Amino acid sequence: MYKILKKTQYSEKVYKFRVQAPQMAKKAQAGQFLMVRADKQGERVPFTFADWNPEEGWVEFIFMVIGKTTQMLATFQEGDRIQDLTGPLGNPTEMEDGSWCVIGGGVGLAIAYPVARMLKSSGHDVDVIMGARTEDLLLLTDQFRELVGDEHLHITTDDGSVGEKGVVTLPLERMCEAKSVDHVFAVGPVPMMKFSALTCEKYGVPITASLNPIMVDGTGMCGCCRVTVDGKTKFACVDGPDFDATKVDWNDLRARQGSYRTEEGQALKDYEEATCACHK
Amino acid sequence: MPQVNGNKPVFGTRVPAREEPPHVRATNFGPVDTGYTREDAIAEAHRCLNCKKPLCVQGCPVGINIPGFIQKIREEKCGEGLDIVRESSMLPSICGRVCPQENQCEGKCVLGKKGDPIAIGQLERYLGDNSRHKAKEVMCRYKNGHRVAVVGSGPSGIACAAELARQRFEVTVFEAFFEGGGVLTYGIPEFRLPKSIVKREISGLESLGVNFEYNAVIGRFADAQDLYDEGFEAIYVAVGAGLPKFLNIPGENLPGVFCANEYLTRVNLMKANRFPVYDTPTKHGKNAVIFGGGNVAMDAARTALRLGAEKVTLAYRRGEAEMPARRAEVHHAKEEGVEIMELVSPLEFVADENGFVSKVKLERMELGEPDDSGRRRPVVIPDSEFEIPCDVAITAIGTNANPFANMIGDVKLNKWGYIETDEDGRTSDPRIWAGGDIVTGAATVILAMGAGKKAANSIAKTILGE
Ligand SMILES: Cc1cc2nc3c(=O)[nH]c(=O)nc-3n(C[C@H](O)[C@H](O)[C@H](O)COP(=O)(O)OP(=O)(O)OC[C@H]3O[C@@H](n4cnc5c(N)ncnc54)[C@H](O)[C@@H]3O)c2cc1C
Ligand SMILES: Cc1cc2nc3c(=O)[nH]c(=O)nc-3n(C[C@H](O)[C@H](O)[C@H](O)COP(=O)(O)OP(=O)(O)OC[C@H]3O[C@@H](n4cnc5c(N)ncnc54)[C@H](O)[C@@H]3O)c2cc1C
Ligand code: SF4
Ligand code: SF4
Ligand code: FES
Repeated sequence: MYKILKKTQYSEKVYKFRVQAPQMAKKAQAGQFLMVRADKQGERVPFTFADWNPEEGWVEFIFMVIGKTTQMLATFQEGDRIQDLTGPLGNPTEMEDGSWCVIGGGVGLAIAYPVARMLKSSGHDVDVIMGARTEDLLLLTDQFRELVGDEHLHITTDDGSVGEKGVVTLPLERMCEAKSVDHVFAVGPVPMMKFSALTCEKYGVPITASLNPIMVDGTGMCGCCRVTVDGKTKFACVDGPDFDATKVDWNDLRARQGSYRTEEGQALKDYEEATCACHK
Repeated sequence: MPQVNGNKPVFGTRVPAREEPPHVRATNFGPVDTGYTREDAIAEAHRCLNCKKPLCVQGCPVGINIPGFIQKIREEKCGEGLDIVRESSMLPSICGRVCPQENQCEGKCVLGKKGDPIAIGQLERYLGDNSRHKAKEVMCRYKNGHRVAVVGSGPSGIACAAELARQRFEVTVFEAFFEGGGVLTYGIPEFRLPKSIVKREISGLESLGVNFEYNAVIGRFADAQDLYDEGFEAIYVAVGAGLPKFLNIPGENLPGVFCANEYLTRVNLMKANRFPVYDTPTKHGKNAVIFGGGNVAMDAARTALRLGAEKVTLAYRRGEAEMPARRAEVHHAKEEGVEIMELVSPLEFVADENGFVSKVKLERMELGEPDDSGRRRPVVIPDSEFEIPCDVAITAIGTNANPFANMIGDVKLNKWGYIETDEDGRTSDPRIWAGGDIVTGAATVILAMGAGKKAANSIAKTILGE
C-alpha cells in the first residue's frame, strides 16, 4: 500500500498526488510513468511522473478525471493508501540540446507539464503550446505560465474562448517558420499529435510524441499497448512511450484507444450512480 | 474398492478422471477435473508394476521417484509419499495438473505399450492436494546470513527461492506484478489450475521465511548493482519469456484483436470476467477465433467459451495431430465445443463500420516436406482464400525474450535475446544465475522449476565456497 502524503487540486477535474514510494523516487526520470491500481478491484492505469524526491522518498503524478478510475482516485484523501503503484516504467524522454516547444492538449497537458518543467530545469529554452476545444478544458494554465512566462506560452482554442482561435499548429507553424525551435514534444489527442507531426515534417524539425495507448502490465508482456511506428509493431510501455511522431500510424493508435469506449462508459455510469448523493 | 491382487496389476485401463460434464463446465470457471478420490488413487496405484528399472522416471525432467511415491499411496502412507515427491519437485499439485505427461512420465510408462499408462499426474496431484509433509520443513528461523535476490515469482523463481530458503539463505523474491506465480497466475486459467493452489505454494514459501516484494520491476525499479549495494550476494533471474509475437498481417491492431497474454491476463489476473465489479474490461465476442495450437491457444479458446462466445474456432496451420498442446487440453476443448479448424492461416482482419474486427480472411494449407523440427511444413494452397465472422480474435503464436533480460545486469544473451547459461544456470556475470523460460524460451512448468532448483544449489555452493 502506498500512502498519499499530499493532495493538490488544480481545478475541478485536475489533481496532483504526492505518494510515499522511496525506492521508486530514487529511480524515476522525466518522461517515465508509473501504473496505479487504486484498490483491489481496480484497473491498472498509467500516469506520468510529475515530480519525485529521492531524499524525502516520494513521487508525484498529476491526473485529470475522465473515467471511473480517475473519478475514484479523486475521492482519495491525504493519508489514504493506494493499493498498488508500479514503476518507473518506460524510457526517459531524451532531452537534446537546443530550444524546445512542448505541445499539450486535453489530458495530455498533465503529461506535458512535467516534461516542460524538466526541460526548463535542465537549462533548455522552452515554449509551450496549450490547445483545447474551449477554455474550460485547458488545464494547468497558471502552472505553465509560471514555468515559461507569458511570452513563451501560446494558447489556442477551437472556439476562441481564450487565446488564439484555431489549433496548435498555428503557433507551431510560426515557430518553425522563424526557426526558433529545434525540437518539438507533443502529447494529447491523436489529431493534435498527427497534425503537429505533419507541420514539423514540412519544416524538417524533429518531433517526439508521447503515446498513450491502453496498457495492462506495462512491462512488455501483454502486447495491449502496441503501436505501429515506421511500419513496425512497437510496445509503448517498453519501447516508448516517446516515438518519432512523423513515423507513427495514427489511425491504429486512435482505433485502439477506443477499444473499450462502451465498457468505460458503463463503468463510469455505474460508479456515478453508486456514489452520487441523490442515490444514497 | 476394486479387488487387487498383491502388487500385480489387474486392469489394463486406468481409473478414469473425474470431470465435470462439458456443457456445465463450459459455462463457469470452476475446475474441469476435480481429481481422484482416495479410492480412485489407491486403485490406480495398484496398477503400477513397481518396475525395477522404471522407464517413467526417465521421462520425468526432474526424475521424481515415481514408483516410490505410488507405493506409498498403495500403502496409504500419503504423507511419506509426498515427501518422496518433494525430494525432486516443489510443486506436485501444479505439475500433476499441467505437465504434458503424455510426452514425459506417462509417455514412457511400460503399461502404455499394451494398455493405459499409469495416471502418474493424477496420483502426484492427489498427493499434493490431499496430504501433509511428514518430514517437518525446518522452519528456518536461523538464517545463514547470506542474502539472495530472486527476480520473478513464476515456477522457476519459486523453486529457486524454496531450495535456498531450505538451505537457510535469506531470500527476497522481486515480482513485477502485484501477485506472485507468474504464468501460473496470469496465464493458466482457474478452471485448469485453481489460483488457491498457487497462493498456497506462495504462502508456504512465506512461512519458510521467504520475503516477497511486489510491484518491483527489476531493471527499472532497481538493477543488479542496487541489489548488491543492498547486500544481496547473488541474483537468480527468472523473468519468463515475455514479449508476445504477432502475425504481422493487416488489421492486426484493430480493437477486438488480442494476443493471448493480454486476453488471459485481463481475465485471470484482473478478473475482467467479473467486470464491472472489477474495473478491467474485456471483450465478450459471439464469434471468437483463436490462432495457434499450443496450451496457450487452448486456454484462450476455452476462456472465450466461458465468457459466453457462441462459436469458438481454433485455427491452426497444421493438423490436430501436430498440435503441441497437452492432449488432455485438446480433448477437453473439443468436448466443451471448441471447433478445431485445421490447416489454415490468417491473411487479414477486416473491420466493421465501427472500426472493430468483424471478419478474418484465411487461406488453406497442406502439409509439405518436414522442416528442421521434423514436423511437416505447412504450404499454402493457391486460391484457397475464404473468410469467417470474428468479433474477438486471439493470437497465440509464441513469445520472444523478455525485454528486461539484460537490463537487470549485464549478462550475455544469445542471438534471440535469451540469457546464456551453463548447466547450473550461471550467466556470464559471476553473481547472476538465470533459468526458466528466459533461458530456454517458452517451455514447461516442470523444466522452469527444475532449473530453479539446480541454480539454487549452484548459488549455495558458490556462496558457501564449497
Ligand atoms: C504512458 C501514459 C502516461 C499517462 N500519463 C497521464 C498523466 O500523467 N495524467 C493523466 O491524467 N493521464 C495520463 N494518462 C492517461 C491515463 O492513463 C488515463 O486517463 C486513465 O487510464 C483513464 O482511466 P479512467 O478509468 O479514469 O478512464 P476510462 O473511462 O477507463 O478511460 C478513458 C480513456 O482513458 C484511456 N485509458 C483507459 N484505461 C487505460 C489504461 N489501462 N491504460 C491507458 N489508458 C487507458 C483510454 O484512451 C480511454 O478511452 C497516461 C497514459 C499513458 C499510456
Ligand atoms: C497460457 C499458458 C498456458 C501454459 N500451459 C502450460 C501447461 O499446461 N503445462 C506446462 O508445463 N507449461 C505451460 N505453460 C508454460 C509455462 O507456464 C512456462 O513455461 C513457465 O511458467 C515458465 O516459468 P518461469 O518461472 O520461467 O516464468 P514465468 O512463469 O513467466 O514467470 C516470470 C515472472 O517474472 C515476472 N517478471 C518479469 N519481468 C520482471 C522484472 N523485470 N522484474 C520482476 N519480475 C519480473 C513476471 O511478472 C512473472 O511473474 C503455459 C504458458 C502459458 C502462457
Ligand atoms: S513432474 Fe511432471 S513429468 Fe514428472 S512425474 Fe510429475 S507429472 Fe510426470
Ligand atoms: S513405468 Fe509405469 S508401471 Fe513401471 S514403475 Fe513407472 S509408473 Fe509404475
Ligand atoms: S502494456 Fe502490456 S505490453 Fe505494454
